[in-house]
Amino acid sequence: MNDDRAPLLEVRGLTTEFVSERTGVRRVVRAVDGVSFDIGCGEVLALAGESGSGKSVTALSVLRLVPPPGRIVSGSIRFEGRDLLTLDEGDLRRVRGARIGFVFQEPMTALNPVFTVGDQIAEALEVHGAARGAAARARAVELLDMVRIPEPARRARDFPHQLSGGMRQRVLIAAAMACRPPLVMADEPTTALDATIQADILDLLVAMRRELGLSLLLITHDLGIVARVADRVAVMYAGRIVETGPAPGVLAFPRHPYTRGLLASLPGRVPGTRLEAIPGAVPDLAALPPGCAFAPRCPDRFDACDGSRPDAYAVSPGHTARCFLHGGAAR
Amino acid sequence: MSLIEVTGLVKTFERRQAPWGRPRLIRAVDRVSFAIGEGETLGLVGESGSGKTTTVRCLLRLIEPTAGSFLFRGEQVFGLPASRMRALRRDLQMIFQDPDSSLNPRMTAGGIVEEGLVIHGIGSPADRRARVRELFEWVGLDAGMAGRLPHELSGGQRQRVGIARALALAPAVLVADEPVSALDVSIQAQVVNVLMDLQQRLGLTLLLVAHDLRLVRHLCSRIAVMYRGRIVETGRAGAVFHAPAHPYTRALISAMPDPDPGSQPPRIRYDAAGFDPEAELGEVAPGHWAATSAARQ
Ligand SMILES: Nc1ncnc2c1ncn2[C@@H]1O[C@H](COP(=O)(O)OP(=O)(O)OP(=O)(O)O)[C@@H](O)[C@H]1O
Ligand SMILES: Nc1ncnc2c1ncn2[C@@H]1O[C@H](COP(=O)(O)OP(=O)(O)O)[C@@H](O)[C@H]1O
Ligand code: SF4
Ligand SMILES: [Mg+2]
Ligand SMILES: [Mg+2]
Repeated sequence: MNDDRAPLLEVRGLTTEFVSERTGVRRVVRAVDGVSFDIGCGEVLALAGESGSGKSVTALSVLRLVPPPGRIVSGSIRFEGRDLLTLDEGDLRRVRGARIGFVFQEPMTALNPVFTVGDQIAEALEVHGAARGAAARARAVELLDMVRIPEPARRARDFPHQLSGGMRQRVLIAAAMACRPPLVMADEPTTALDATIQADILDLLVAMRRELGLSLLLITHDLGIVARVADRVAVMYAGRIVETGPAPGVLAFPRHPYTRGLLASLPGRVPGTRLEAIPGAVPDLAALPPGCAFAPRCPDRFDACDGSRPDAYAVSPGHTARCFLHGGAAR
Repeated sequence: MSLIEVTGLVKTFERRQAPWGRPRLIRAVDRVSFAIGEGETLGLVGESGSGKTTTVRCLLRLIEPTAGSFLFRGEQVFGLPASRMRALRRDLQMIFQDPDSSLNPRMTAGGIVEEGLVIHGIGSPADRRARVRELFEWVGLDAGMAGRLPHELSGGQRQRVGIARALALAPAVLVADEPVSALDVSIQAQVVNVLMDLQQRLGLTLLLVAHDLRLVRHLCSRIAVMYRGRIVETGRAGAVFHAPAHPYTRALISAMPDPDPGSQPPRIRYDAAGFDPEAELGEVAPGHWAATSAARQ
């Protein structure tokens, strides 16, 4: 699947902050803190982690769609040989949708209730100059067929409320694929759906990737989904990638205490036993401890952990963990 | 006799396709029967809209059932007068899916947990405070949090306040409708541990509604699978997971995402066209029942 040319997307040191001021106190939330990752051609990277860890803001940053008062403060985002962070607005608009498709979490808010789903996909094609008029509408039907919507010609004339949640999510995937972008970013595309429909959508994404050779950034909090579709996984905690590597390796041999804790938190593996729950809760990003952000909850914490932030240390080829157990002068 | 015996429960709703249209009757719950013994845990699973919440809301008489019988310790609950129902609710408590909307935003966590004791005139103020402290400890909340308002607590802490409130009157049965689905994975695990501790400590009987099969497998001794208002399969959790008999159950289990690499079973799809709402439960193995169509026999 991979080739040896440069990766399709190369994110380096991405940092995005939300600064707010209330009653004279400046609060800086660093939602994304020095995040780096690559996505190769035809590769599926899962961005995993609990809510508030910075997954969505990472994806929004790649498209430069972070809502104010959010601001990308540093980093570079190389995509197809250009840095998206220095591109002018016009060029960037030609990337969004046409070269990078996206699927957001809530299918209802992403579709316009007053237009048929066929018209909305056709519109996406027209905006990017991919097709017009009758040709765009015909292509919309093809796309609905591609995402396995039965009777696509009839369904194209339906309004969003006439479709089930699973079908609406398929329509959004069809819209994201409309211009055949080489990269699609999907933010929790199945979280709101039933288990069987969720599995259908995941199977669909896997099939699209195989048939069209596209690359996928899949955001999910569910490690079961990671196992099902991802080649590689990056686990985020408090704005940083704390562990990354090949998905089977990370899931079978997690090296960061947070990843281990997340896996141990999943019910059902050994029924009837107490879960090794991670104590406490996700920290306030505006008041992080000086050392490792996971230290207050970490079962393996030792002296070095409170002194400075751990770097990402290699634990096996292509697999790193941001934890002093695996490296650092302190050890 | 089981602690809970539900027989032939039906709940219909009228639904109009359009404001001027003729109302259509839909059977949200259709001839549902099950029993739960003292100290047992039954997990009710099924896709969205299959009738799980409607079933438990009928049992607690938050909505009125259309037909059927619910014996609680042998007493018929359906049709009980409001006064007797209030007394019975002490023994049948519910925790809700969304901790945020089920807690009074202007009451402190301690006040919320104490409220039921006050309403039922239980104990002196000092007794009640001691009881609240004990409940906080059971659910793993710091006593110092008693003075906080719900919005000053995290989601997991709010859900624990909801559980402590439900336990205040020492109920025999806890009905939990998706108690952790709104929570993060690490916080879910904390709440799951609280529920397991309580089961062991108090011998609590639990009726758990959840769409997450992994959670149900973890907590429940028995499972009932609902589909379009009907129970299509029921039995011991291990039996249902390892030898699912109904095609819908098989589809559901095969869709469950499993983080163990390589252990994902192949997908099985369920053809809804083959669903027979008239199929009756038949025993496929001792204590394991599944809907089988008369036509197929
Ligand atoms: N008050 C109501 N009026 C009309 N229809 C209703 C009402 N409450 C529920 N229903 C319908 O009854 C059926 C069962 O709903 P119920 O809420 O019990 O499903 P559920 O299994 O709990 O689903 P979920 O997993 O989404 O919570 C659905 O078709 C629903 O639309
Ligand atoms: N529009 C916004 N304004 C202020 N803070 C935000 C905004 N969006 C996200 N954040 C903050 O950024 C952090 C990361 O959020 P997000 O990327 O949405 O997390 P995830 O997708 O992993 O759940 C959180 O602390 C969140 O509160
Ligand atoms: S650096 Fe220390 S505190 Fe942080 S995860 Fe590793 S062991 Fe735990
Ligand atoms: Mg998000
Ligand atoms: Mg429900």
